[in-house]
Amino acid sequence: MSSKAAILAAIQKNKPSETPLPALLNFPDQPDLVEKYQKGLSGNGGKLIEAGSLEQVQQHISENFAEDQLIASLVDGIKGNVDVQQISDPHDLEHVELAILKGELGVAENGAIWMPEENVVHRVLPFIAQHLIIILKENTLLTNMHQAYDQVNVSAPGYGVFIAGPSKTADIEQSLVIGAHGPRSLTVFLLK
Amino acid sequence: MKGHTHAQAAEEFIKDDARTHWHDETLWHVRQKRDLSAQGIPEWETLRDTASAAKNYVLSHLGELLEQFESNALANGVEVLWAKDAKEHNDHVYRILQENKVANIVKSKSILTEECGLNHYLEDKGYEVVDTDLGERIIQFAKQAPSHIVLPAIHLKKQDIGEIFHKHIGTQEGASDPKYLTEAARQHLRKKFIEANAAITGVNFGIAETGGFVVCTNEGNADMGTHLADIHIACMGIEKLIPRAADLGVFLRLLARSATGQSITNYSSHFHRPAQGKKMYIILVDNGRTEQLGREDFKNSLKCIRCGACMNTCPIYRRSGGYSYNSTVPGPIGSILSPGKDLKKYSTLPFASTLCGSCSDVCPVKINIHEQLYKWRQVITENTDVDASKKLAMKVAGVTFGKPVLYDLAGKMARTALRITPDSLVYSSINVWGKHRDLPQVPKESFKEWYKKNRKS
Amino acid sequence: MRVGLFIPCYVDQFYPDVAKASLELLEKYNVEVDYPLSQTCCGQPMANSGYERYGKESADLFMKNFGHFDYIVAPSGSCTLHVKDHVLPKDDKTPQIYELCEFLTDVLKVKDIVSSFPHKVGFHSSCHGLRGLRLAKCSERMDPEFNKPLSLLNKVKGIEMVELDRKDECCGFGGTFAVAEEAVSITMGNDRIADHQKNGVEVLTGADMSCLMHLQGLLTRQKSPIKVMHIAEILNGNPVK
Repeated sequence: MSSKAAILAAIQKNKPSETPLPALLNFPDQPDLVEKYQKGLSGNGGKLIEAGSLEQVQQHISENFAEDQLIASLVDGIKGNVDVQQISDPHDLEHVELAILKGELGVAENGAIWMPEENVVHRVLPFIAQHLIIILKENTLLTNMHQAYDQVNVSAPGYGVFIAGPSKTADIEQSLVIGAHGPRSLTVFLLK
Repeated sequence: MKGHTHAQAAEEFIKDDARTHWHDETLWHVRQKRDLSAQGIPEWETLRDTASAAKNYVLSHLGELLEQFESNALANGVEVLWAKDAKEHNDHVYRILQENKVANIVKSKSILTEECGLNHYLEDKGYEVVDTDLGERIIQFAKQAPSHIVLPAIHLKKQDIGEIFHKHIGTQEGASDPKYLTEAARQHLRKKFIEANAAITGVNFGIAETGGFVVCTNEGNADMGTHLADIHIACMGIEKLIPRAADLGVFLRLLARSATGQSITNYSSHFHRPAQGKKMYIILVDNGRTEQLGREDFKNSLKCIRCGACMNTCPIYRRSGGYSYNSTVPGPIGSILSPGKDLKKYSTLPFASTLCGSCSDVCPVKINIHEQLYKWRQVITENTDVDASKKLAMKVAGVTFGKPVLYDLAGKMARTALRITPDSLVYSSINVWGKHRDLPQVPKESFKEWYKKNRKS
Repeated sequence: MRVGLFIPCYVDQFYPDVAKASLELLEKYNVEVDYPLSQTCCGQPMANSGYERYGKESADLFMKNFGHFDYIVAPSGSCTLHVKDHVLPKDDKTPQIYELCEFLTDVLKVKDIVSSFPHKVGFHSSCHGLRGLRLAKCSERMDPEFNKPLSLLNKVKGIEMVELDRKDECCGFGGTFAVAEEAVSITMGNDRIADHQKNGVEVLTGADMSCLMHLQGLLTRQKSPIKVMHIAEILNGNPVK
């Protein structure tokens, strides 16, 4: 008997009595989503900036990053100097200083942003970059994770991730350190 | 710690009073962060009820959900392997590594691979497995096992870690600043990520409906590993399934809040298909789970989502440390999972509890942990060679309490004996109670004797 | 209303004053209480040690003594829980067993407590009463706040209830645990005591004499000025011993 058959047979033999599948949960929309989102994001170490336009984002980048640093932008209207689409081996992204990506939707309760594969092109990009900027539309903000899963088809992309902050750890005496393996900062620009 | 009971190991741990209290305070702080976070969710108890019901559904439909999961994963271009036990799991991993001529392996946190002893197995075959979760890397250097399933190095102080890093990755001697040490680990592990050909991860949730799976980290180490390497091997216990993608709404709201008080882990990664030119494998592991499924009283321990909240809340775990359990999963949940694997070896674990019930009330999937501890105790005293004198004492007590005349007599004798015996004898070494505690002042008259005189006459 | 008073074995033998206070308190509310003289122990010590099977005789005896009452009242959350879960038949409506405090709040619905106790009091929330009988909302759950024993204590004249840092952590008694896991048990007990000491408690009280016996044992050994009293004694108006 194959292991699969053996395991399924053992399950059949030991199967508990049937219980029903619970209905999906739904909770009312909350007001003040921007304020709540800001709280959710900063709780996980991210920073929210409400921006009037993409120019403001561009200005922020010019002020905080040097021209000789590698910047990978996948947002139209934001300049970069790494052409992510032309890269075939993700290892070539090793020295990217900043990645600028577009988020699909944001979740107010925890700051999480859904990033499907097409928004990052190379799956490793939002992790390997030293810093990460995500552009998010204010009208994509949702109250909670139930609403997020209602909107997102998680299996449409081969890969997708909820990003809720920069890379962090508290494995040494529970003291929080930002910048474990991935981005040392996450800045979310919220556009109207 | 082999051959030791939990009580003996705990006694050793407690000898360092300052460290015991530091350990207790640190974990209590995590529990408080969990409380604060849960208090912010008015529907918290509804989430727990729903998560529990979803997992009950999984257990009662496990066969069909596994088949659904497999066929969806296959359609997604993922290879699915089944393993009856730890050895078969390890053999699968080894074969995949061989077939793909893998030289360098990185691994993110997976309790299942700990359970299977994968690292040792692969090391014996000549592989180096680099654990990439910071806490796991620390204990890997120190050649220790995790002492907690979410906070693997929680038993170590920053000075200990400074020493370990100095020895293994050349940080400055005496340096113990967490920021400095974390940065050193970052530089060290970046190289390992870049060099890796294969990445091994655990699985937090397998989605039957889509054939995909979710891995949660804060550090981003699972993603750094899997997206750079050509081979991704995901090791998953068969109980890790959830029926629908939408159920993740419930589970992701509960998991991190229960574990550390965070609203969500910073990365919740959903894997469905391998990236172009790469390979993805899922190994579905039984290793005793189907047997546990058949134990009516204990089956729902399989609902566990490995948040570690029961450890943080357990007043015994906090004061005895993870190693006192001598089991891959320590703490309350470990004490109900492990006896199912080896009743004799883990026979003292269900007794390492006051049955205070905090674990059951903190559990996000409502496992009745303390009731199962009680039930394991009944099983253990019937099926293992427990202390014969204790057994006899219990039998005598049973008889005494069954007969009022015997009880009244025994009570009177005990009170008289305690009153007339010199303290030096009462507090001799055989009286464990009296090592640090006084006995109650013994009254001349029991309540029953008083009642007969004052009410019944 | 036929009410049977169940006095746990160790209270009968070692703490008759607690039993007397419980009886007198019920009598103050005009409850006709009967105390069956053939009672012994509910069987919990055996059951929690893994020998539930040796508790059959005491369980049968318990039913013989108490089966005919409408209510059974006991000044112990732990024993009450054991009887509820493991002794009383699950399907029968009567008898119902109540821990003393919940009998006062839920059945008698008492409005006043005729007692004065001008002291700083710390309440030890025993686990079986708290999480087993749900005498109060425990800190783990996110339900609305309620606390039956505290609602009674707050009615006592002059009493000052002290807030603890860890309001419902286990004291480490746990029956045979207190001896089998002596090192952990002592550490847990001392940590509880330290919380009460730090917050200026003069009298430590609770609804389970077993936990209090453990804490009192530690306190007297350490020659601490903190006194230990069962909640029934305070509610009954007994002075500090």
